[in-house]
Amino acid sequence: MSKRTVEFNVGRNPEMGVDGSVVDSPILPFDMPEPDLGTENMLINIGPQHPATHGVLRLVCELDGETVKRVIPHIGYLHSSFEKLGEYRTWNQIVPLTDRMDYLAPLIYNCAYVMTVEKLMGIEVTERCKVVRVICMEMDRIFSHLLWLGTTAIDIGAFTPFLYAFQERERIYQLHEAFTGARITTSATRVGGMMADLPEGWINGLQDFLDTFPNTLEEIDLLLTRNQIHIGRSQGIGVISAEDAINSGFTGANLRACGVDYDVRKDQPYYDYETYDFEIPVGQYGDCYDRYLCRMEEMRQSVSLLRQALERLPGGPIDVEDPNISLPSKTDCMSDMESMIHHFKLITEGIPAPEGDCYMPIEGSKGELGMYIVAEEGGTKPVRWRIRPPSLVNLSVLPKLAEEHLLSDLIMINASLDIVLGEIDR
Amino acid sequence: MTLDETKAGLDAVEEGPHLSERSTGSSDSKIDDPDGHPSVVALLLQFGDSVSGHRVSAGTQHVVWIDSARNLEILHWLRDSQDHQYDMISDITAVDYGAGRPIDVVYQLFSTVHKRALRIRCELPLDGLEIDSIVELWSAANWLEREVYDLFGVTFRKHPDLRRILMPDDYEEGHPLRKDFPLRGRFSRAEQTRRALDQSVEHSYIAEEMDLGRDPQQAVPIIGTKDGDG
Repeated sequence: MSKRTVEFNVGRNPEMGVDGSVVDSPILPFDMPEPDLGTENMLINIGPQHPATHGVLRLVCELDGETVKRVIPHIGYLHSSFEKLGEYRTWNQIVPLTDRMDYLAPLIYNCAYVMTVEKLMGIEVTERCKVVRVICMEMDRIFSHLLWLGTTAIDIGAFTPFLYAFQERERIYQLHEAFTGARITTSATRVGGMMADLPEGWINGLQDFLDTFPNTLEEIDLLLTRNQIHIGRSQGIGVISAEDAINSGFTGANLRACGVDYDVRKDQPYYDYETYDFEIPVGQYGDCYDRYLCRMEEMRQSVSLLRQALERLPGGPIDVEDPNISLPSKTDCMSDMESMIHHFKLITEGIPAPEGDCYMPIEGSKGELGMYIVAEEGGTKPVRWRIRPPSLVNLSVLPKLAEEHLLSDLIMINASLDIVLGEIDR
Repeated sequence: MTLDETKAGLDAVEEGPHLSERSTGSSDSKIDDPDGHPSVVALLLQFGDSVSGHRVSAGTQHVVWIDSARNLEILHWLRDSQDHQYDMISDITAVDYGAGRPIDVVYQLFSTVHKRALRIRCELPLDGLEIDSIVELWSAANWLEREVYDLFGVTFRKHPDLRRILMPDDYEEGHPLRKDFPLRGRFSRAEQTRRALDQSVEHSYIAEEMDLGRDPQQAVPIIGTKDGDG
């Protein structure tokens, strides 16, 4: 396994220690004792409607002046009980629920869900389907990271990266639309295959994106990576040690920024990820800046993964050829009695599952995205469908990270965690 | 299975929750072949009397049912013992099968050292939905256990902050992911709306926060006082 450490000392502010303390700075001219004003801590409320919370997150903060003493996050404003709804739906009917959770990377959630169901049922999808799903997932990793990049930049006052990032996102939206017919609510996967094969010319569209996107990424890189304001706002902010990060459940780029090389694609590989040539960026300090660097590098790695996937994309059918799992083609359905019966039975009854439970983690854009499914013998609906939400677990560390930081740093830390409230509240 | 039994979509919603009567639990005390997984072998050796079942699910996934009274001890051993080192808790959740069967609390463990996963399940009878909290072992368990408490009503003993997390603090309809909870809630839509409109601003804060905020806010009685609209 080849893993690589990004060079992190580039542009590191010499005036700032690793823990965020100011070592030597002309900004603090006075050396006078702090007067005792007999002040008390103040309670302020951020959200649920606040642009910097990136969704309907509410943070109740206890402040001593501008220093955050304690943060109590309140979530649940978007709770739609998808897990309960899933218990009333057949396996394929659940797919539309999954993309509504993380609307920033809908295809990853579509894929994660059907992969778990297939694993439970012991279905091996076709080679073409595997590669198409890898393309979908890597494309949406870029899609999600771009939103994170744009909104994080705008949180610290950099407007241009936001515009650049959203321009590129728009191109992925168009690819989504060309493939699935929807820009956000893609619902592209089915148990045993995809909703449809890639449309004609779609590969060229993706190739175009891959040809020009790295340039934009480098431009954003130029704007942010050595930007003194960005460095000042992110280096040494929200530091967490590797041990604490594992213990508190950090996954994804947040964990890797602390120096832990845990990536589900490498450690519990699925869909032949072990045969692709890609590297896992690992940080060193575990601060907001390292999380930024890791995600930037992940986008580059995803571009390389997409190129490799396009190269090896095999022909052949995209759905498994089992009439009890995949729907027959519409033509067959209208002309062939047998196909019509299969179609009817699949739609009305669904696919029977074996008894058992299955937990399958994949590397989502936000961290380890796990789906846990419990089924009964012959059940066409789950007894229990559970999503292991990476953002929820990552967000639960926020109070610890933000303690004793400035209020403005709280916004930066929250942005650097890359959360999506649709999935936190489910 | 006839068509009537497999109602989908809205038909099923009208009909209410679907109960599972089949056994997926440890009631049969079945021990599958533990050879594929060193931690399962070790668990059977070390805590044989507390392991009530073992299954290999979905081909390769090992599931071990343990005595719920010893969950803290066994998980602690799994985390710290040199040969296992399950340092990461991926997920904590619960499963309700309905029909009066026990609720299972499920722990997903992963070892970043040995790259191994293991699933631990504890059965809790419906009249004793209590289990020790494992927040002292993994701080990741904090919110995950709160979620199980919120949605299933399982009490985690010695949890530092056991409050509802997704549902409102004063939610009175019960625990939504239980099988006996109807999909549309226990109260009528009118009652739900009435309760939502009745809420005062104090409902938006937990007791801890109210204590904190009171003093400075009283000191400056200009706007947004206690009787104000906040």
